[in-house]
Amino acid sequence: MPTFEYAPAPESRAVVNLKPSYGLFIGGEFTESEGGSAFKSISPASEEVLAEVTEASSADVDRAVAAARRAFTGAWGRMSGVDRGKYLFRIARILQERAREFAVLESLDNGKPIRESRDVDVPLAAAHFFYHAGWADKLEYASLGSNPRAIGVVGQVIPWNFPLLMLAWKIAPALAAGNTVVLKPAETTPLSALLFAEVCQQADLPAGVVNIVTGAGATGQAIVDHPGIDKLAFTGSTAVGKMIARSIAGTRKKATLELGGKAANIIFDDAPIDQAVEGIVNGIFFNQGHVCCAGSRLLVQESIAEEVEARLKRRLGTLRVGDPLDKNTDVGAINSKAQLERITELTAAGEAEGATRWSPECELPSKGFWFRPTVFTGVSQGHRIAQEEIFGPVLSVLTFRTPHEAVAKANNTPYGLSAGVWTEKGSRILWMADQLRAGVVWANTFNKFDPTSPFGGYKESGYGREGGRHGLEAYVTTGDSK
Amino acid sequence: MSPTTGAPSRVEIKKTYKLYIGGKFPRSESGRSYEVYAGGASSGAFLANAAQGSRKDARDAVVAARKAFPAWAGATAYNRGQVLYRVAEVMEGRRAQFVAEVRASEGVSERQAEAVVGQAIDRWVWYAGWSDKYAQVLGGLNPVAGPYFDISAPEPTGVVAVLAPQASSLLGLVSVLAPVVVSGNTAVVLSSELRPLPAITLSEALATSDVPGGVVNIVTGRTGEVAPWLASHRDVNAIDLAGAAGAEGVVWGDLEAAAAENLKRVVRPAGTGPEAVEPDWTATPDLSRLTAFLETKTVWHPKGR
Amino acid sequence: MSTSTAPRDAVDAPSRARDILGASRLTNESLTAWLHGLPGVDQVGCEARAAMLGTRSIKTTSKAWAIDTAISMIDLTTLEGADTPGKVRGLCAKALTPDATDASTPRPAAVCVYGDMVPFAREVLGEGSGVNIAAVATAFPSGRASMPVKLADTRDAVANGADEIDMVIDRGAFLSGRYLDVFNEIADVKQACVRPDGTAARLKVIMETGELVTYDNVRRASWLSMLAGGDFIKTSTGKVSPAATLPVTVIMLEAVRDWRELTGEMVGVKPAGGIRTSKDAIKFLVAVSEVAGEDWLDPHWFRFGASSLLNDLLLQRQRMRIGAYSGSDYVTDDSPSLY
Repeated sequence: MPTFEYAPAPESRAVVNLKPSYGLFIGGEFTESEGGSAFKSISPASEEVLAEVTEASSADVDRAVAAARRAFTGAWGRMSGVDRGKYLFRIARILQERAREFAVLESLDNGKPIRESRDVDVPLAAAHFFYHAGWADKLEYASLGSNPRAIGVVGQVIPWNFPLLMLAWKIAPALAAGNTVVLKPAETTPLSALLFAEVCQQADLPAGVVNIVTGAGATGQAIVDHPGIDKLAFTGSTAVGKMIARSIAGTRKKATLELGGKAANIIFDDAPIDQAVEGIVNGIFFNQGHVCCAGSRLLVQESIAEEVEARLKRRLGTLRVGDPLDKNTDVGAINSKAQLERITELTAAGEAEGATRWSPECELPSKGFWFRPTVFTGVSQGHRIAQEEIFGPVLSVLTFRTPHEAVAKANNTPYGLSAGVWTEKGSRILWMADQLRAGVVWANTFNKFDPTSPFGGYKESGYGREGGRHGLEAYVTTGDSK
Repeated sequence: MSPTTGAPSRVEIKKTYKLYIGGKFPRSESGRSYEVYAGGASSGAFLANAAQGSRKDARDAVVAARKAFPAWAGATAYNRGQVLYRVAEVMEGRRAQFVAEVRASEGVSERQAEAVVGQAIDRWVWYAGWSDKYAQVLGGLNPVAGPYFDISAPEPTGVVAVLAPQASSLLGLVSVLAPVVVSGNTAVVLSSELRPLPAITLSEALATSDVPGGVVNIVTGRTGEVAPWLASHRDVNAIDLAGAAGAEGVVWGDLEAAAAENLKRVVRPAGTGPEAVEPDWTATPDLSRLTAFLETKTVWHPKGR
Repeated sequence: MSTSTAPRDAVDAPSRARDILGASRLTNESLTAWLHGLPGVDQVGCEARAAMLGTRSIKTTSKAWAIDTAISMIDLTTLEGADTPGKVRGLCAKALTPDATDASTPRPAAVCVYGDMVPFAREVLGEGSGVNIAAVATAFPSGRASMPVKLADTRDAVANGADEIDMVIDRGAFLSGRYLDVFNEIADVKQACVRPDGTAARLKVIMETGELVTYDNVRRASWLSMLAGGDFIKTSTGKVSPAATLPVTVIMLEAVRDWRELTGEMVGVKPAGGIRTSKDAIKFLVAVSEVAGEDWLDPHWFRFGASSLLNDLLLQRQRMRIGAYSGSDYVTDDSPSLY
């Protein structure tokens, strides 16, 4: 037993009032489904059923799109930018006021540590609404072209890794530009989006501006295929992104796709080593590695590979895996059984291909979906664990000898979302940043996000940006009106 | 150009043109060529034989474009601007030939052809001037809430396949090509199927200008035959479908679907619904064709003592 | 307490330094190359790490343990020009009986006073109380005196019965790159800590991190102090702001951790100045545990240089014992402000 054992420090669940079941948020109200079924949302940390939610049918999607269209041609479409902005400010404030409630709910439904939902997800979600609120009456200053205005009805499909934050990334710019929204949260994490629907009511947002339809792949497909949708925004896997791109081919629907990644986190021998180790840990174990831009491939300069591995392992020994609601938990639960199976399968492949597997000693809870933080050393570019997105707390360690080799290995993937570079040599940082084919390059830091900072990928990591002036572009059309 | 005019004493040389790939002028690996007639017709007054590019020619062109990409993308913006301006200079020197070919290809009057060639040259100049400006207009510092220097800047997407407009054989071509290459992309162009001569002459102008070999590759031939191979090619990062409008046997939606396989950036043809129309290329362009082939890269770095 | 480490007293610092540096002769150049070869510290990343450690939530039993551990790690300090024998006696009495209402309260590790006050402290503490006497020396706090004066200052304190010596380094020499001067200064003071019977007072090296300004300097000064034979590295005199910050302490904890990897020896860490609340103290203990490791969670290897911290810890201790918030009238105060 350690000398300094941290006693359990659970965040109270009392702040969250879940209903036993939820309908669909369409036209400003929670409504019953037309022909849809129901499914359960569980806590991945305990497999406890949290609530029953609706699997929206295509008729439900029809209703939601119609409600969004009415709002677009109606009150919301006619509203001045100034007033639109005030609604966004209002939502931002409510998110701040209800921050604890959202944080606890997010950790319950998603399995992520409360420290992260409290310190990252929820504050950033509020910040996104604040940031975009200010754009609502300033579109013509965004240098997007002449006569900037809303596109229309936007379909948005978001993933389970940052449920509320991804919702904010999608809804805030869409509304700022004057669009209306039909959003589908992921089937394993629908609850914070439903709570957000209550926030829309609380903010008196006009009916139909935001519609939340819960469901799985079929519901998402119904949104993608719906002829009343003018623009799609999707965050999720590259495989689904490609399906969407195919689905809308030959139509006039616009799309932004925020997809997978296999980021290299590159450590040079002159790196600030203690911070680099923190960056490696944050890069891959933040949010259980359920992060599209996770630094899942560690590229270490050969001369310091052993030292970095030793320091990394020592550091991983202090990670606290367990109850997501415990304020001292660093690594929470894997989001779903399916995801756990995928991680398990890919790590087994890693071992079978000859990489060396290591995990710190840690006890895992008996119920729920859990996976030990895992490091593979002796990994080559050819290994599946170096090529495929694992989307879990699994790090593959590779080595390099020169900056050119590091760049070549980092870029040798169909993905191009993010990359990390650690060196104290300024000119090398700038050279590396030029060479890396990735939408976000974190130099001497990792996994930093901000509403003002565009985020998005090269190559098969998708297209379009979210955040900043660039993110706004995806929700605006320009030129003469037809 | 017409074979029926001219002095009776001399037998005219009938021209057989080749492709432009990697700075060289190869024949189509298929050995095929096709006859080009005046006014973009499928018969009538013979103008020349054009190489009928194949999927393998397109593949070779992609290889050449990929090879040329790092150096061209890595060239200074100032340098790329100079190189593009040089293209305008070289075209100006061959103005008469371009006018004659546009006139023959598009069946327009001498005056109209002169106007179109002038605009095409001016378009190179317009984009040349953008080379060292768009990054400032489109990029910038992001005021993040933390002690970080955070900057976003545009970068070229990579290898871009361009279906050149079918009707506007020179101005349309320049209007879609210049915004691709000015930012450091390299291009594989499928020229207007029935009006390829201005594109061929442009390739000769490019070859004698300062544009590095492989930056622009021009394949003549049947759009419907070659375009699907470019749309599905995994080493192509983006595709401009402008030339799908009016191309025989081309359904642009199918090309877009094929492009989804590696998530190419796709510029759809103008028009509404499934219909594709060729826009008026004489209109003053905006930045949309340039930005369509740019990636925004954001770099973070902490600020500390 | 760890017993696996070699005794520091036996070390001949210059010869070991030559070994570690791989140099036949210890020069300023070789020291500079070595110190500047240490990995850099990214300020933002280091502060983010410290802030994360500060979010640990320490409750119930672990809080009770942490409070007692923190009390036992305090160097209860008075370092005023206005200090008198009476003030020092009061401080020592407080150290012997921190909380008269609860005899189970641990005693602090030491009292820390000026060298001339050591005899008065000894009067009260006697031998075998478990409370050591630490004396500041070497022209504390500025360190601006010649070497003979600093050495005499040290010998005087040791002769007066100090168990521990808290020296200051010459920050001017350090900042102007005269690392060899700083090394020699520490090594010579270390020699001056040796008593006639061959035993030695433990030497704490105050780097005055607030004057070193950058974290790179803090890391280099930490390694230089360890190389020269310091038994402890200590942040501050308490006379310069900022004094003991959590990020600076994290860097020092990294340094002693890495030093042990290199040499097998443990060196202690003492943040001093500015740590006034139990909440702050617990953050430091979390850092000790997660950065250096549990071996340092021992008064022999970790100290707080503090005065008012003790009473805040006692208030918290009372609250946990009686289940109600306590007040300052329920803890004794032997060093109220003069003003």
